[in-house]
Amino acid sequence: MLDKLQLIGQKQLAIVSRLGQATIFLYQIILTMPGVFVRPSLIIKQLYSTGVQTLVIILVAGTFVGMVLALQAYYVLVDFGAEESISQMVVLSLMRELGPVITGLLFAGRAGSALTAEIGLMKSTEQLSGMEMMAIDPMQRVMAPRVLAGFMALPILTAIFMAVGVLGGYLVAVHGVGIYEGVYWSLAQAKVDFYTDLMNGMIKSVVFGLVIVWIAVFEGHDSVPTSEGLGQATTRTVVHGSLAVLGLDFLLTALMFGDI
Amino acid sequence: MSFSRGSRKIFDNISLDIPRGKVTAIMGPSGTGKTTLLKLIGGQLKPDQGSISMDGNNVHELNRKDLYRLRKRMGMLFQSGALLTDINVFDNIAYPIREHTDLDESMIRSLVLMKLNAVGLRGARDLMPSELSGGMARRVAMARAIALDPVMVMYDEPFTGQDPISMGVLVNLIRSMNQSLKLSSIVVSHDVPETMSISDHIYLLSGGKIVAEGAPDELNDSNDPWTQQFIAGQPDGPVPFHFAAEPVMQDLLQE
Repeated sequence: MLDKLQLIGQKQLAIVSRLGQATIFLYQIILTMPGVFVRPSLIIKQLYSTGVQTLVIILVAGTFVGMVLALQAYYVLVDFGAEESISQMVVLSLMRELGPVITGLLFAGRAGSALTAEIGLMKSTEQLSGMEMMAIDPMQRVMAPRVLAGFMALPILTAIFMAVGVLGGYLVAVHGVGIYEGVYWSLAQAKVDFYTDLMNGMIKSVVFGLVIVWIAVFEGHDSVPTSEGLGQATTRTVVHGSLAVLGLDFLLTALMFGDI
Repeated sequence: MSFSRGSRKIFDNISLDIPRGKVTAIMGPSGTGKTTLLKLIGGQLKPDQGSISMDGNNVHELNRKDLYRLRKRMGMLFQSGALLTDINVFDNIAYPIREHTDLDESMIRSLVLMKLNAVGLRGARDLMPSELSGGMARRVAMARAIALDPVMVMYDEPFTGQDPISMGVLVNLIRSMNQSLKLSSIVVSHDVPETMSISDHIYLLSGGKIVAEGAPDELNDSNDPWTQQFIAGQPDGPVPFHFAAEPVMQDLLQE
């Protein structure tokens, strides 16, 4: 019994200690941020690899999610003769929840795992040590541009996800189940509040972006420099990143929309 | 200086001098902490006790800015080469120059080509690190190590895994660069003949202690059994061939 309690205590301590290390790591990155802007090419390069290269999966997923939402909305609403409200359901679902959350989950899987693997491999091949010995701070040249680019890329990807989702919903609603085009667009416009719906969704994506890239670069930097260690670090990025997105989504939704 | 990893003592109160302008070799069996010693000298690790000083600066008492200033005067050749894999050979060597100087691109080009010429790879400037052989990658890393004209270069296992031709090239380069650039070199290695052929002074490390030191000839003539076993590469001696175990007959006759 005492052993089990001891084990639980040890695990808790390990979690708290790791959280502390990750916080110090983020703090060190933030301290080096001003130096990153001296070389904008570093940020642009990372924006390409974390943002542009994630675009295809976002476009495809966004379109299908919008289409499915419209279809499900139609099946429910048609019983009440309210099928014209499809656009309201599609647009609000996308902007408040599905846009930031699904984009965040896809981003953790696609860009987060790639970031961890890249940094972990740089560590295992001594590239990070090599930079330090050349008196070049890897926090500033490797970590900070990646964190900044991920932080910038996710809100943009989320906006694109929402836009193509609305278009996917339009395809199904207007050309699939025959809702009048004018009704689709006018209801979407009338029922969406810029600040309550769109901006809150975007704020979520900013928070998710920061947390995902933070987890990804920390896991890469902290990985055990072996093939097994790298695999475990990449898995942890996807699992912890996804869970963080879902957990934070609940918290943010409660703060933004509810009175909990 | 002493240094431990967890409960394992890597260095137990050792003391060594690296004279200016000479090639000093640190040799010993695998796992004796030779690479760790280079990381301690470079300030990437901190000793538990004692100090390491370079040019009168205590490496571990310097703040980050001064440590980085000191590191600009040190070059290091990593065992893996540690080249940045997303940029080509030219940019790898230009990288520290671009980071630490305000020289224009034409000047950087000239400097990089001079460094590459010194290691015989001027023609490989456009290749990516993945296109280089092991020996070429180490020569590029060598060119990068001398990119900022350091006063001291540390070589971590420069000969490991090299074919005889690459090995010969690297041996000659370390010696000739030490003379022509007036460097102080530290070569960490367990390749005995190659290292002995270019070293002015050798330290033999084992079990966290310096077990022997001296010029290559002195070590060759040494009567110390451990030194003789290491230099001659004998499989059995003070370092036993068998890992600690109960006697073989007793072990075989057990059910």
